[in-house]
Amino acid sequence: MAAELHVELVAADRSVWSGEATLVVARTTSGDIGVMPGHQPLLGVLESGPVTIRTSEGTTVVAAVHGGFLSFADDKLSLLAEIAELADEIDVQRAERALERAKSDTDSAAERRADVRIRAVAVR
Amino acid sequence: MGAQLRVYKRRIRSVTATKKITKAMEMIAASRIVKAQRQVAASTPYATELTRAVTAVATGSTTKHPLTTEADAPARAAILLITSDRGLAGGYSSNAIKAAERLTERLRGEGKEVVTYVIGRKGVAYYGFRERKIEDSWTGFTDSPTYADAKRAAAPLIEAVTQETAEGGVDELHIVFTEFVSMMTQNPVDSRMLPLSLDTTKEEEGKGEILPLFDFEPSAEDVLDALLPRYVESRIYNALLQAAASEHAARRRAMKSATDNAGDLIKSLSRLANAARQAEITQEISEIVGGASALADATAGSDK
Repeated sequence: MAAELHVELVAADRSVWSGEATLVVARTTSGDIGVMPGHQPLLGVLESGPVTIRTSEGTTVVAAVHGGFLSFADDKLSLLAEIAELADEIDVQRAERALERAKSDTDSAAERRADVRIRAVAVR
Repeated sequence: MGAQLRVYKRRIRSVTATKKITKAMEMIAASRIVKAQRQVAASTPYATELTRAVTAVATGSTTKHPLTTEADAPARAAILLITSDRGLAGGYSSNAIKAAERLTERLRGEGKEVVTYVIGRKGVAYYGFRERKIEDSWTGFTDSPTYADAKRAAAPLIEAVTQETAEGGVDELHIVFTEFVSMMTQNPVDSRMLPLSLDTTKEEEGKGEILPLFDFEPSAEDVLDALLPRYVESRIYNALLQAAASEHAARRRAMKSATDNAGDLIKSLSRLANAARQAEITQEISEIVGGASALADATAGSDK
């Protein structure tokens, strides 16, 4: 049996995704990091960006994470984010419209959020 | 219809209308409690994971951080008080305010200056009426708070804590809110959020779990820097959600007793109205009988 790690992806107001995975790739403030089963205990600060989870069934789950943390211990990985969405939940057209609007309003926070969403969908 | 009977009828009508309103408010509040409870449950995974992470950093590293170390001589403390926006919730807001007053007294007794932050219109009105100073206040979201609301309230608090005390910052951060225990029980509680006391986080954490030695990315200080504001926000968010659930529960209870009282009032009023009607009928009968016998007497007299 291949080694697995248990992933919990939680946003502030709900649990977004949880399940078994073989590899999780996320972006921390000091660069991309891949976590596989048996990794040493780790606590990192996440950048806004897509998180890729390779599940044990061989499928890939992509989520857009807007800042947060990653903590890994005993083959349990927790991804904490104030806002997190699965790529499947993201409405691309709406995100693109939001990006346009944010660019014209020069709202950098909204622009970044929309950008992260679009990138997450592109990775998928 | 007699004047007295008309007065009773009018009062019954008005109490019935009031009863309908309170009954409707009771039902609305009851349905919202369930929703609020669900929100509390939904926010729990985030809060527990965050507490775990904070405990891990605080115990696993020797880093000194302004948010975890106690000041040698704390001189200023901030209190965040959570009340409701709307009334008709029994003693909900006044109980929370009383708890805040007690805490203020205690902190003053320890020689600390107290600055107050208030959430909810009722609390703002209380402090405004007594012309006490409020550092900052937020209103309009106590029914169904969102994470963005918690973030908005947390920002100035975190800023105050990180500032030097001499420049208007604070050394301690307390929060007063109404804890939701069950549908029937809600307690106003006060707790110290910052500086972090490790005993309390350990208690929340569950007994005797040994935390592994973490590798920090990028560094322990940076992780702590980013983690603690989120921790405060999440604690405030959790408090807001619990307070919202408590508010709805308190309102449901208050409205239930109002409905019951209205029912009792209607019952006793209709008894009185019935008695008045009966008295009226009795009087009419005796008047008729009296009139008839007077007539009979008169005709009997004229016969002679």
